[in-house]
Amino acid sequence: MLSPDEWQIVVLSLKVSAVAIALTLPFAFALAWVLARSRMPGKVLLDALVHLPLVVPPVVTGWLLLLAFGATGPIGGWLQRVLGITVMFRWTGAALASGVMALPLMVRAIRLSLEAIDPRLEAAARTLGAGPWRAFASISLPLALPGVIAGAVLGFARSLGEFGATITFVSNIPGETQTLPLAIYAALQVPGQDAAVARLAGISVLLSLAALVASEVLARRSGRGTHVL
Amino acid sequence: MSFEIDLTLLRGERTITARIASEARLLALFGPSGAGKTSVLDMVAGLLRPDAGRIAVGGEVLFDSAAGVDLPPEARACGYVFQDLRLFPHRSVARNLSYGESLAPPERRFMELGEAAAFLGIGHLLDRAPRSLSGGEAQRVAIGRALLAGPRFLLLDEPVSSLDRTRREEVLEVVARIRDELGLPILYVTHDERELERLGAEVVQIGD
Repeated sequence: MLSPDEWQIVVLSLKVSAVAIALTLPFAFALAWVLARSRMPGKVLLDALVHLPLVVPPVVTGWLLLLAFGATGPIGGWLQRVLGITVMFRWTGAALASGVMALPLMVRAIRLSLEAIDPRLEAAARTLGAGPWRAFASISLPLALPGVIAGAVLGFARSLGEFGATITFVSNIPGETQTLPLAIYAALQVPGQDAAVARLAGISVLLSLAALVASEVLARRSGRGTHVL
Repeated sequence: MSFEIDLTLLRGERTITARIASEARLLALFGPSGAGKTSVLDMVAGLLRPDAGRIAVGGEVLFDSAAGVDLPPEARACGYVFQDLRLFPHRSVARNLSYGESLAPPERRFMELGEAAAFLGIGHLLDRAPRSLSGGEAQRVAIGRALLAGPRFLLLDEPVSSLDRTRREEVLEVVARIRDELGLPILYVTHDERELERLGAEVVQIGD
């Protein structure tokens, strides 16, 4: 069905998305926890900032990543100097871009599942002899797990479809940063590639559909009326 | 002294105060709904911090604002049976019961899971999920979970108010046996005088 080049594109897309979600998940969980539980001032602002990638034009997000992670950017410069690594024009940069774009959706799903947990259960665990961390790890974490997994799968689906921020930040380099959407875009620029476009688009739709269904099934399994869709 | 409690808590416009010094093994906090009875239990358990005061149970100081003592809930060894029970929904009855048991230091444990299950008549429920239990069953599981954590005293918040008459009698029987056979001091919250008569409890009025 697929040519070796097309397989490579699919594999790269899956790798970029998987790494993006693995790296973003701890941040998404921490942010969701703060938004669900803390009463800190400025929470509204944090909430808005987290949701920004959802509403800002993706090309703007890509440009901001360029500023921050470019060779002379505050984070990019530090990475270059101290660790000797760069994410510019690398697949790791594509993972970073799609992780940032997936963050708001992941935070939303995880936050909903955390808000559905009765904090009084943790109080009960404390009276039974559990310290704060153990109470969290043995009560809230397992109860939130379906929501966390649903958020991760949803983020994965979003990540597979990421286009604007990625192409702005790390360009469209075959074999390095050319994920499915970027490959489809590239194929569209060349006459006579209709069949390749159709194959890649079909795979895109199938992967996204599978991820969304998986995410919704997991959210329903948590049994507390949480929905992703 | 079993219970020495002297505390003040400001909640918005309202002030909750309790002054108790009692040798009773079963001490009932009695008063209308909303008088702050549950808040008093929460303060004894360490889930709510009084604005000022002192709490000691069986001679051990749990809280003393003047001396700067404020033990965290996990260090107070209170067996708290909440009015809303708060069984852990993702754990079976057996794993609810063993939650505190596995955390308690061995010298504080006075009962094993099997004994507690027999004592409370819940041995046939161990594999069940909390949501599948009846009110009386869930109440006894919550009491069992508290007992297995090796508590030095019990806090029981309206343990029978949501039960029908037969179940009520069953649970009151269990409370009386805990007092008589296990010798744990019990702080018992209710708004029903019949329970007080049934248990022969010493009564402290909370609120007007």
